[in-house]
Amino acid sequence: MINRVRAIAFNTFREAVRDRVLYNLIVFAFLMIGASLLLGQITIGVQRQLLINLGLTAISVFGVLIAIFIGIGLVSKEIDKRTLYTVLTRPVERWEFIVGKFFGLFGTLIVNAGLMTIGFFVALLYLMHGLQSSDLSILAAIYFILLQFMMVTAIALVLSAFSTPIESAVLTFAIFVVGSFGEDLRDFAEAAKGGAHYVGLAVSYLIPNFSTLNYIASVAHGNAVPAGVVLWNTAYAFLYGGAAVCAAALIFQNRNMK
Amino acid sequence: MRFCCEVEAIIGADYLKTMPAIETFALEKTYQVGFWRKKTKLALRQLTLSVPEGEIFGYLGPNGAGKTTTLRLIMGLATPTGGSFKLLGGDINDGAIRAQIGFLPEQPYFYDYLTPRELLRYFAALSAIPAKECTRRIEAVLKRVGLYEDAWSTQLRKFSKGMLQRVGLAQAILHDPKLIVLDEPMSGLDPMGRREVRDLIEELNHEGKTIFFSTHILSDAEALCDRVAVLSRGELRGVGVVADLIGSVKGNVEIMWHGAAAVKAVQAAGFECHVIGETVRAVVPEANVDQVIDILRNSRSKLIAVTPMRTTLEDYFMAKLSAPAEVTQ
Repeated sequence: MINRVRAIAFNTFREAVRDRVLYNLIVFAFLMIGASLLLGQITIGVQRQLLINLGLTAISVFGVLIAIFIGIGLVSKEIDKRTLYTVLTRPVERWEFIVGKFFGLFGTLIVNAGLMTIGFFVALLYLMHGLQSSDLSILAAIYFILLQFMMVTAIALVLSAFSTPIESAVLTFAIFVVGSFGEDLRDFAEAAKGGAHYVGLAVSYLIPNFSTLNYIASVAHGNAVPAGVVLWNTAYAFLYGGAAVCAAALIFQNRNMK
Repeated sequence: MRFCCEVEAIIGADYLKTMPAIETFALEKTYQVGFWRKKTKLALRQLTLSVPEGEIFGYLGPNGAGKTTTLRLIMGLATPTGGSFKLLGGDINDGAIRAQIGFLPEQPYFYDYLTPRELLRYFAALSAIPAKECTRRIEAVLKRVGLYEDAWSTQLRKFSKGMLQRVGLAQAILHDPKLIVLDEPMSGLDPMGRREVRDLIEELNHEGKTIFFSTHILSDAEALCDRVAVLSRGELRGVGVVADLIGSVKGNVEIMWHGAAAVKAVQAAGFECHVIGETVRAVVPEANVDQVIDILRNSRSKLIAVTPMRTTLEDYFMAKLSAPAEVTQ
């Protein structure tokens, strides 16, 4: 079982790293980091803050785009192109396929984020001529970005298990945008009355709360990330991601191939 | 019991003596169509079929007959809405059964950025082929399907349709399966390629493998199959032994001779003649052959050939397509 999941994950990773879309997005991310470096140099007093804000946002946004562009093809494109037929007619369980796909794409995102993080720290080192102990909190913010990637990958997988690639892409992106305002959505639900209150609450708990994982502005201001937050966010992302992967596996289990 | 007798009548008692590689019992598939999914479309109706081990079985039908639907159902890619089936005596959802089956989908498409070697290594891992054996087996199957070494390290997105078909065949036989299911295996291949695939299918069959393949190219089925089934609009129209179907005399004989001297006499006897240059051809009932030969002898014409007209698979196919939907041998 582990061998099959590993083979599917490795194959997904290999396919992804050979996809040109990936490199285009990575180049754009590096351009963004470069641009923030340039902006930092012409700004007085807030160079570090600007670099962290723009740099980490670039890592986050482009990572999410990679997760969406590649994630939507994880299942639906395989069904469309019938690459799945030769996989599922082997002694492979459908849930193994889903789990393998998830780890393959998440692995790709970790490697990409790792590369972009190195690029970001090189830029920070260049701008500030050294690193401070408070820069460790930047790593916590990047860790939260990775947790976001994990959730986005899992959501893309769920949507990809029952819809077309375009529908999956649009829906995943919409959920990411709405989830980025998760706290506001919850506040709105609390303030609403009657049916809207319950509907709002249900939606706010169903849609992943990405805003709780966004610590970019906080670390840009030099704030530390409390250990409790790291633990809670980790637990939240793992639970949500795990539930989404299980849902994808359940949907896919009974799916008829075209 | 009554059902068993019906099956026996349909597929022939001899075929039930060996274990069936594929057995379907009133297999059915309907799809919900339309915006609200309220209409139903029947893709396959009550298919009862048995393919014994060691046979090459052709599954024939025009486009849209339900061939691919059947293959999708028996390969576990879609769920039947009625009936049941067994492959190699077991359930397709059992991993141990799937490990003994090789499948080539119609117009196979693989991961663009992988090379054939990488793709087969991936499938080998999924089929639990030991790592030690992997490289040797991959190279052997790639050679066997006629894919040259310089293509082994080329990404599949650069492959032609025919080359992809060969890669598809390679992955279907990589794990040495007992049962090989091929959906239109000759599609996309040039005449040379088709011949090679035909030879490969025969070789695999000689090794004891059961081959079940769908096609609408009747010459391929005629050249390869032990038995064929004809499907039209989702209904099984007939199952027959190819040797019997193409061997049965139609009751007419084709006579060819050289020289136009006898044409008038043969026409006067009531038979139509087709003259092509110096060669004349007439199709006459079996009972009148002697009469025509006597005419030719009297006119000193040179007899070239006397050939009984035999039914071709195409005749059988066309007859089954136009017949009402009742399964007959």
